[in-house]
Amino acid sequence: MQPTSFKDTSLVRAPAHPLALSVNGAAVSVTVDVRTLLVQLLRDELRLTGTHVGCDTSQCGACTVLVDGAAVKACAVLAVQVEGREVRTIEGVATAETLHPMQEAFREHHGLQCGFCTPGMILAAMDMVRRHGPVLDEATVRADLEGNLCRCTGYHNIVKAIIAGARAMGAGPAVGLD
Amino acid sequence: MFAFTYHRPDTLTQAVGLLRGREEAKPLAGGQTLIATLKQRLAAPSDLVDLGALPALRAIARVDGRLVIGAMARHADVEASPLVRESLPALAALAGLIGDPAVRNRGTLGGSIANNDPSADYPAGCLALDATIVTDRREIAAADFFIGLFETALEPDEIIIQVAFPLGGEGTYEKFRNPASRYAMAGVFIWRGQALPGEGPVRVAVTGAGQGGVFRWSEAEAALAAHFSPTALAGLVLSGDEMIEDIHGSGAYRAHLVGAMARRAVARMTQAGA
Repeated sequence: MQPTSFKDTSLVRAPAHPLALSVNGAAVSVTVDVRTLLVQLLRDELRLTGTHVGCDTSQCGACTVLVDGAAVKACAVLAVQVEGREVRTIEGVATAETLHPMQEAFREHHGLQCGFCTPGMILAAMDMVRRHGPVLDEATVRADLEGNLCRCTGYHNIVKAIIAGARAMGAGPAVGLD
Repeated sequence: MFAFTYHRPDTLTQAVGLLRGREEAKPLAGGQTLIATLKQRLAAPSDLVDLGALPALRAIARVDGRLVIGAMARHADVEASPLVRESLPALAALAGLIGDPAVRNRGTLGGSIANNDPSADYPAGCLALDATIVTDRREIAAADFFIGLFETALEPDEIIIQVAFPLGGEGTYEKFRNPASRYAMAGVFIWRGQALPGEGPVRVAVTGAGQGGVFRWSEAEAALAAHFSPTALAGLVLSGDEMIEDIHGSGAYRAHLVGAMARRAVARMTQAGA
């Protein structure tokens, strides 16, 4: 099995760099090698392993997180680039014992099988609501899933879940985007 | 990744100062190409100068009859901007065809054209719309800016500030994308409007196909200037010898795609006008 960490093995270390940001609402101050990717910071330093590494070439979307509310691929962003920003990962979307409406919709509509792509799917779906509002049509959802690959479901239930989850985000109390 | 020194300047002057005198320094915009390149160790810059703390470079405005887009405007900004959608809808549509939503939330106009990837979309838009690339020290016409494969007129320490697009006329962009990478296998931007002195009323810019990067297809321009219809392009085919040939398609296939995209673009423009 591949190790989940893919820290660089170069003998020459780049200078360490102080970094302050917000992760899931909490202030984080760390010192990182400037080459650290955002996904490495989240997984290896902060142990937030819900953000997955699939392709590591910014195609599959398993590492999708929100930076200031906008979905980004955390394998294609340096940690130092999010200095001062608000990062939200899958660990930060539910409140206490209650799933986020988008998570609940994935459960309800069976929008996952193995679950590897699911964190990225949920955050990409939340970004769709930010950009388009809570009423999404199927064509929009399918087009906007361009950058999130699922090898189990055939997408059908993911699309249903996102449309329902978006509506729930629009209808519910302010648990939606932030 | 090879080791580098990271800088995050607060002003454009600082940014230019950091690039000057550091021969192997590189500016970092959205990083959607550069970071992948670093990860594969295909580049080894000594310094990265992050332009992410210069919010002034992200503005989009109409100035003196031109649409001026900041170099750090994200593709998502351009795609969604009411100003771009109203004054240059084809450019907003082009931005919406780049990569996927998460890539568009990071990638920038300036980064795309400074890299001048032969399969990038923006170079076709800039060339067809006769844009002017404004840097920290001068203005460069798009026709003089894109020099060749990954090569531009930029000096090593020169930073793009904004790109100014003249308004007037109409445009359309048609793209055949590689289904995995979403890069253009062939992308054709057609502009039709008031002819400039010494120019025709139609510009056809092609990306994704040419071995030397983006280019103007003059035969198609002449044919469309005489008769603006898809049938005017019938029988016009570029030479496959000058097209990119790789595992995704032969040169002849790409030459064929360019013709198909051009006819599709013209059909869309003539239907819209009917």
